[in-house]
Parts: sequence; C-alpha cells; structure tokens
Amino acid sequence: MLSKSQARTFFLGGTVLSFAVFIGLSWNTLSKEVPKNTHEENLSPQVISGKHLWEKNNCMGCHTILGEGAYYAPELTKVYERRGEGYIKAALMSKTPWSPRGRKMVAYGFTEQEANDLTAFLKWIGETDLNGFPAKPKYQTTINQSK
Amino acid sequence: MRYKSQKVAYWFFALSMLLLSLQIIYGFIMGFAHMGYDVLHTYIPFNTARAVHTNLLVVWLLSGFMGAAYYIIPEEAEHELVNIKLAYIQLISLALVGVVAIVGYHFNYWEGRKFLEIPRPLDWLVVVNVLTFLGLLLTTLFKGKKKTTTSMVLTMGLVFAALLYLPGMIWFDNQTMDSFFRWWVVHLWVEGVWELIMGGILAYLLIKITGVDREVIEKWLYVIVGLTFISGILGTGHHYYYIGTPKYWLIIGGIFSALEPLAFLGMALFALAMYRKGEKNHPNKLALSWTLGTAIVSFVGAGLLGLAHTVPQVNLYTHGTLVTAMHGHLAFWGAYGMIVLAIISYTMPNMTGRNLFNSVNGSMAFWLSNIGMLGMTVAFGVAGVAQVYMERIMGVDFGEVQKEIQVHFGILLICATMFTVGISLFIYEFIRYGRPNDEAIIIQ
Ligand code: HEC
Ligand code: HEM
Ligand code: HEM
Ligand SMILES: [Fe+2]
Repeated sequence: MLSKSQARTFFLGGTVLSFAVFIGLSWNTLSKEVPKNTHEENLSPQVISGKHLWEKNNCMGCHTILGEGAYYAPELTKVYERRGEGYIKAALMSKTPWSPRGRKMVAYGFTEQEANDLTAFLKWIGETDLNGFPAKPKYQTTINQSK
Repeated sequence: MRYKSQKVAYWFFALSMLLLSLQIIYGFIMGFAHMGYDVLHTYIPFNTARAVHTNLLVVWLLSGFMGAAYYIIPEEAEHELVNIKLAYIQLISLALVGVVAIVGYHFNYWEGRKFLEIPRPLDWLVVVNVLTFLGLLLTTLFKGKKKTTTSMVLTMGLVFAALLYLPGMIWFDNQTMDSFFRWWVVHLWVEGVWELIMGGILAYLLIKITGVDREVIEKWLYVIVGLTFISGILGTGHHYYYIGTPKYWLIIGGIFSALEPLAFLGMALFALAMYRKGEKNHPNKLALSWTLGTAIVSFVGAGLLGLAHTVPQVNLYTHGTLVTAMHGHLAFWGAYGMIVLAIISYTMPNMTGRNLFNSVNGSMAFWLSNIGMLGMTVAFGVAGVAQVYMERIMGVDFGEVQKEIQVHFGILLICATMFTVGISLFIYEFIRYGRPNDEAIIIQ
C-alpha cells in the first residue's frame, strides 16, 4: 500500500511539475500569442483611456466582456458590430437610465470625449480573435429580432 | 480547547457571521432586480450590489479560515499563539478594510474587475493585514513542539493564497492580459490553494470527530491535495478558451479541468470512509453533519456542476451566462461556506464549555440552509439553460430573453428565503453559545 512519504512525494512532485508546465505555457501565451490575437498594435491611447473609464465605473458589475462579469446586462465584446457607434454613444451619453428593453443602466451622462474613448475600447476588443466566441446562433434568421 | 489563545477564533467567527448576513441582504437586492423590481437602482445600482455581495462572501470566508487557523494551529503545534494582542489588531483592521471597501462601492470607488474590486490603495492594507496574520501563524508553528501534516497543509494553503493575491494587483492596458492574471487569483484560489485550506480543516475535523489514526488521515490528505494541484493548475486553462488566448488551452484546459472533480470526489470518499472506519462516538453530531456535508456538497457543486460546463464545446455556449452563477453558488457554498460552518459548529462547544449541539435549531439550520441553497441552484440552472437556448442558440436578443426568465427568479427568492431562515437559526445558536471563556480549557 501507499505510504505517507510516497503520498507526500506525489503531492510535491506533481505540484512542481504542473507549475513548471503552466509557467512555460503562460510565458508563450503572453509574450507571443496574446499580442497577436488582440492586435496589440491597435492599443491606442484612446483605447487605453477607454479601458480606464471601463474599470473606474465597474461596467463589469452588470455586463460581461470576453464572457466575464455579471449576467444582468448584455455581453459587450461584439457590441460595436451588433449596434454600431451611434447606438453605443447614445447609451453612454444618456442623462436618464438607458433602458429601451426595460432594465436600467446607470445614467452616466458621459461627455462626447469619454463616450468616444469607451467606444474605441469596445471596437478594439471586438476585433480580438476569441476562438469562435460568441458562437453564431443557429436559428437567428428564422426569428424576428427586436433591434 | 487547550490553549487560552484559541479564544481569538471566536471573534473571527463572529465577524464572519455578521458579514454573511450582510451578503445575503445584497443577494436579495440582486434577485429582485433580476425579477424586474430594481427599486433601489438610484442608491444601490446592480453593480454595487454585486460587488458588495461577492466581496462580503470572500471576506466572511477568509475571516472564517483565519479563525479556523487561530484555533487549529496552537493545538496542533502545542504552543500558545505568540502574540494575542496582535491577533486582535489584525481582526479589527480586517474588519475596517472590509467596511471601507464596501462603503466605497456605494460611491463609485472601486476597480471594474470581478471579484477583485478592492481599489489598489486598499489592496496594500490587505497585504499588511495578511502578512501580520501569517507572521503570527508561522512563528507559532516554528516555536511549537510539533509540525503536523494537517497544520502544514493548512498553513501552506494560507501562504499561497496570500502570494497569489499579488498578480491581481498589476495594471494591464490589454483586457486579455488583465483577465489572464485575474484568473491566477480567482481560479488558483478556489480550485487550488483554498482546497488545501479546506483539506487541512477537514482533516483536523475528521481526526477529532472520528478518532481515526492521524497517520492514515494525513496520508490521504496528501493524495487529495496532490490531485488538486495536478488537475487544478493546468485546469486554469478552462478560463483561457475564449478570451484572446491561443487554441492549445482548449485541449490542455479541457483535459486537466475535467480531472479536477477527482480531488473533490476524493474529499467526499475520504470523509465518508473515515466516518465509517472511526470507532469514536463523538457527541457533537451537528459538527459531523456539517463535516460530511461539506465533503459531499462540494463534490456536487464544484465537481459535478463544474464538469457540466468545463468541456470547451459546452462552454462556448454557457460562458458568461446564469449557468455560471448556478455553479458558483453551490460550489462556494459546499466547499467553503460549509467548511467554515463546520469548524464553527465543532469549536463553539469547546470554546464556551456549553454543549448546545443537540438542539433542534441546529439541525434545522443545517437542513433548511442546504435545501434552500439546492433550490436556488436549480432555479439559477433552469434560468441559465433557458437563457443559453434562447439567446445563444436561437439568437433572441438578450433583453427579450431576460424577460422570459424573470419567473425563475421568483422561485430563486423563495428558496433563498428558506436558506436565510436556516442561516438565521445558525446565527441564533451561535449567539446562544455566548462568549468563550477560560473555564472551558481542558488540560489533557
Ligand atoms: C446597473 C447596471 C449597468 C451598469 C453599471 C452599466 N450598464 Fe450598460 N447596460 C445595462 C443594461 C441593463 C443595458 C440594456 C438596456 C436595454 O437594452 O434595455 C445596458 C446596455 C448597454 C449598451 C448597449 C448594449 C446593447 O447590446 O444594446 C452598452 C454599449 C453599454 N451598456 C455600455 C456600458 C458601459 C461602457 C458601462 C460602464 C461605463 C456600462 N454599460 C455600465 C446595465 C448597466
Ligand atoms: C441567499 C440569498 C442569495 C441570493 C438571492 C443571491 C443572488 C445572487 C445573484 C442574483 C447574483 C448575481 C448574478 C448576476 O451577475 O446576475 C449572485 C452572485 C453570486 N453569489 Fe449569490 N445570492 C445569495 C446568496 C449567496 C451565497 C450564500 C453565496 C455563497 C456561498 C453566494 C455566492 C455568489 C457568487 C460566488 C456570485 C458570483 C457568481 C458568478 O459570478 O458567476 N450567493 N448571487
Ligand atoms: C470549490 C471550488 C469551486 C468554486 C468555488 C468555483 C466557483 C466558480 C465561480 C465563482 C466562477 C465564476 C468566476 C468568474 O467568472 O469570475 C466559476 C467559473 C467556472 N468554473 Fe468553477 N468553481 C469551483 C470548482 C470548479 C471545478 C472543479 C470546475 C470543473 C470541473 C469548475 C469549472 C468552472 C468553469 C468552466 C467556469 C467558467 C464558466 C464560464 O465560462 O462562465 N469550477 N467557478
Ligand atoms: Fe476555474
């Protein structure tokens, strides 16, 4: 039967080995693959300032982005493609809670400049290669979409 | 209880219960908002309620873990805690940082990163707090007579948890990189080092309650935490499927994360086997229920419900939907909520010298909270699956889908009420025990 010291070796050995492989893969991911997949060359000062606004206001507390965040409001990774610039800016600059479908967003009332920055951020993230997420719905064409 | 300093644990448990109550209140605010009654929107918008709900969760669990460590380490090391006053200062500063963060969330003072909303200046206070805590534990262990496997695994879990907090404090311009390191904290905590903490507390409880030989229990503890890290570290890849990271994570994350339930299965089989094997008939049956309960419910919530959406082909559709919330609730409750309530149930009679563990309230608390949480999980699950089919497969607009699934949040709130009654009874019993005292010290 397995002895206690063998069990300890299993734990320590397994941990060190897994960790080493994990660090190796992470290095490759971050140094080579992510810059390519996310088009890092397009990370303009405007996009970055959009990200600051994104963080400062905790938009992730209602929305998801890259499929992460809260489940209360629409996923925003492809919102630029889905709604276009004008719609997004209307939602961001609205002085009353934006809620065409009933559920309320915070009434940020952003300035034109801020809305442009956030829109640039959303446009940039929409161009990221996400291995096929979000999946294209199968039956979209047969259903009336309420835009 | 054998050492005076173990009494510190009581106050950490008390803080933990207070924060749990507040967490539940904010849960209800969100449940009502999902149902269409977002009445507090102007004062507590959804993102505030959510940040408060999840951060209180993490802090009440951490406070529970710290209490557990302050109780277990002196006993295992056979040495009084080196500095009791410092432990109380650490407690108060933990409570203060928590309060400042929570209040800040009501005034747009935070960072928009799920689970890591604490603003960076406050992060540094967290670091100082945790360093104080670890310093106290490590010096006690170092000066103590014994360094048992149980105490080492528990301490290792706590030390790694502190180290892993650091990558979450770095700023990245690139959202994908931000997310990449957010998972080093969130995933490597709950599916890695926190399992060491859980395993350590579980082993301690099993040794005390079942009376099975320490050597046997600790051998299996090594096997379980070994399985945890072997599957869990590379299993981080299940969060790197669709965030701008390369394709190889689909394979690596898929395979290793599918192995993660083994560690939880191991935990459940281990607890049940030791319970069968044990000859000791410990009178505290309530602590036994919570101990076996945590081992079993964590396997269901984390293991099975995790497995349900960890396959890349499934996750492509369920990623970032209410299906995730379903799994998040039962996993956190089963693995970490219940282990904290187990250690509280076991230690309260020992710290206060009162044996109230045969009360009806105690077992009602156990059953109502568990059945309530199971019902909430089902409600989230039904809402989640409906959301996935309508939104992700049929292509119906998000807002329209949410209207269709509002009804499930009514069910959720009914079950949440049951859960809340259970927790209220638990806290009522906690208060009924009264304060810890030195008369409860038993010299063995
Ligand atoms: C209190 C929750 C909440 C917060 C916080 C929030 N939103 Fe929203 N947002 C919503 C809801 C709900 C909708 C959908 C409204 C509707 O369509 O009826 C929405 C819609 C949007 C839309 C349009 C999406 C679409 O597909 O129709 C964009 C773009 C958007 N939000 C961006 C943001 C940004 C950027 C932030 C942070 C500065 C933010 N939101 C913060 C709740 C929120
Ligand atoms: C009892 C009343 C409770 C209610 C009504 C409730 C409700 C909710 C709601 C509505 C959300 C937000 C989902 C979203 O983003 O739209 C949420 C998030 C969350 N809650 Fe609760 N909750 C309760 C108790 C608990 C308890 C006891 C725990 C832990 C043991 C818990 C853990 C979580 C976690 C981890 C999240 C984040 C989930 C994720 O991001 O996937 N909740 N809760
Ligand atoms: C006690 C252990 C666990 C806890 C507390 C837990 C909790 C959570 C939480 C809160 C989330 C949402 C995180 C976020 O979006 O920020 C999550 C996501 C996830 N968990 Fe777990 N989990 C545990 C174990 C597991 C296991 C063992 C598996 C796999 C077998 C698993 C699979 C997943 C997957 C695939 C996601 C991503 C969901 C998505 O794409 O939206 N989890 N978990
Ligand atoms: Fe994970």
